[in-house]
Amino acid sequence: MFFMLSLPSLSRLAALRAQVARLERPSAASSSDAGPAPSAAALRFGVPPIDRHLPAGGLARGALHEVAGAGTELEHGAAAALLIAGLLARAPGPVLWVLERADLFAPGLAAVGLAPGRVIYAEAGRVEAVLASLEEGLRHPGLLAGVAEVSGRLSLAATRRLHLAAEASGVTGFVLRRAWRGAAEATAGPGEPSAALTRWRVGALPSPPPFADAPDVPGLGRARWQLDLWRARGVAPASFVVEACDAKGRLRLVTVLADGSVAAEPDGSAGSGAGEPSRRAAG
Amino acid sequence: MIAVDAAASGLGLRPGMALAEAQALVPGLAVTPADPVAEAAGLARLAAWCLRYAPLAAPDPPDGVWIDVTGAAHLAGGEAALLADLRARLGRAGLATRAAVAETPGAAWALARFGAGDAIVVPLGEAAAALAPLPTASLRLPPDAVALLARLGVERIADLAALPRGPLARRFGAAVTRRLDQALGRAPEPIAPMRAPAALAARSDFAEPLLTADALAAAITPLTAQVCARLEAEGAGARRLDLLFERVDGAVPAIRIGTARASRAPAHLARLLCARLETIDPGLGVAALALVVAAAEPLAPAQAAVAGLTEGAGVDAGRPDLAGPPDLAGPPDLAGLVDRLANRLGTAQVWRAAPVESWVPERMARRIAPLARSVGGDWPAGLPRPARLLCPPQPIEALALLPDHPPAAFTWRRRRFRVRRADGPERIWGEWWRDDAEALAARDYWQVEDEAGRRFWLYRRGDGVAAASGDLRWFLHGMF
Repeated sequence: MFFMLSLPSLSRLAALRAQVARLERPSAASSSDAGPAPSAAALRFGVPPIDRHLPAGGLARGALHEVAGAGTELEHGAAAALLIAGLLARAPGPVLWVLERADLFAPGLAAVGLAPGRVIYAEAGRVEAVLASLEEGLRHPGLLAGVAEVSGRLSLAATRRLHLAAEASGVTGFVLRRAWRGAAEATAGPGEPSAALTRWRVGALPSPPPFADAPDVPGLGRARWQLDLWRARGVAPASFVVEACDAKGRLRLVTVLADGSVAAEPDGSAGSGAGEPSRRAAG
Repeated sequence: MIAVDAAASGLGLRPGMALAEAQALVPGLAVTPADPVAEAAGLARLAAWCLRYAPLAAPDPPDGVWIDVTGAAHLAGGEAALLADLRARLGRAGLATRAAVAETPGAAWALARFGAGDAIVVPLGEAAAALAPLPTASLRLPPDAVALLARLGVERIADLAALPRGPLARRFGAAVTRRLDQALGRAPEPIAPMRAPAALAARSDFAEPLLTADALAAAITPLTAQVCARLEAEGAGARRLDLLFERVDGAVPAIRIGTARASRAPAHLARLLCARLETIDPGLGVAALALVVAAAEPLAPAQAAVAGLTEGAGVDAGRPDLAGPPDLAGPPDLAGLVDRLANRLGTAQVWRAAPVESWVPERMARRIAPLARSVGGDWPAGLPRPARLLCPPQPIEALALLPDHPPAAFTWRRRRFRVRRADGPERIWGEWWRDDAEALAARDYWQVEDEAGRRFWLYRRGDGVAAASGDLRWFLHGMF
């Protein structure tokens, strides 16, 4: 994807990155000779600026990714679960979803396109059992992805184990970070090292009126999320504002806060700017 | 009199009374002659039935059954759940039972007969404390020893355990100290297990007792191969396997595994068995291994070939030098993964959600076995359903105009949320065919968004018109 850009330094950077990737993933060496194959090797967001921003052209398969709710949403991580479900809904294959507590509502996942027949749930209780179960899943090549809901701290060694298992089998791993009520909220903080390839934070944003030209009509339109890519290997942090998953799991970009060429801005002003055009149109 | 039922016990009759005395107390007493032979046969049948719970069970005449649930309780969802299920099934069969789980047969015997409560689970390491207040008779001592101890003022096990061992053994014989040691786990008490009739089994004896997990794992592999070859000859696959470790000291610890789909892939079954090897204490060594197929199902040869291929690949993935996805066309076979997860977490902990034709959110989904074919049906599309369902619904404080306005704000866990937008109401009626209280009940659901954009699923109990439909209290039921 970097070959499209004309700057010579960028293409050299891409070549170096590919070399590093070959070093990091010996099993994928043969396939990476022809350059990254975005559609096969990645779960795509379907939102071009996000997919362009990521080296694999989406969330790389056969890797570990971390998703957490922002702020007070860390506890329930409902939007984070919907984001993962929506991403997985658009690719074929069975999914293993490992839970600490069974509070996930299957009809809610079906509402973003992840059919109940595709998901196997495992209720593991303790964190260690959750991680061990996810690892079992990531070692099973028949799966599309394994998702684990983890509360509390997660060690670098644990995430590295999961990442290696995902790499060996090609199954995509997701860790959905949660924090039970009363626990310190800083569990998924920036100070905690992780082997996850990308780390995301999903936060809610106020949505515009359902009908832009009739703002007084009550009702709800599509929800809005702010997706913060706050850590990713080899990629600058970035924020995106999207409309939440629809019935087929698709996202839609509202506005680009930052793409590959612009450094990410803090969210506050940009978030309100996202809704600006439609509001003005509403008069 | 040998035994009395609950009604007779209420009239003051006790086992051990003379029949004439009882008939004098209760004229018209219904008496059935005791038939010890038939009772023993019935007890043996009951013990055979108990093999459904664990690989080791044995009758304990005259009125008990041992079940060694070590390593098997997780399949029923834990020890307490196992006891509840066991007693419920026996209760439906008309048997009044008392049951206890403890770390030694002696402690379980005592607690089941003398403990407070009908179903007792003693956590590991707390047997001594649980036994302390029980009478000395609960140690299965000879009656004259109990009587003598009582005359000396030793009535509880705690008193007995506090006495010096030497004089105790000299005065009462070795039986008293041995029973005490067996109850507290200081001396082994093997139970003679009964085998399920006509079980398919393989056995291997060792010249030297095996001590290490590696040696045991190496011995398990040929055993599973033997059993699988015989299963193949019968056109069957194993759904439940018991592996019995016959230790040199006579104890028989065991492992039980279950599979989601009938399987006769030796590598897969061996892997499941070896995963639980760490729960086995080899003691002074294991003299023989016996692998018993506790439950089998018909399995067509073609299926076995596919399962064997994937399972083989799954085993290899555990070893780094052979790692790599197998070159396999066709739908992925998840039976191996499901088995390993169920083996680790328990069968009830691994499931798939299936739609239920109900509008009540709590009943919209039910758990089915992970490999069961879904019975079809789907949830209504286009209606908001949250990603998280709070169970039970959380009461919130909210005020709203009747009958059909959303709340302007609500308070949950002492935090106030101002509602900026809302969608609803979606009225869900109670299911009148379930029970009377539900017949008139109604809930009005709202999807609301607060100022920060967070979306919640709220409902009000009652339709706002008829008082019988609900008390108008608000609840938070889910998050989007």
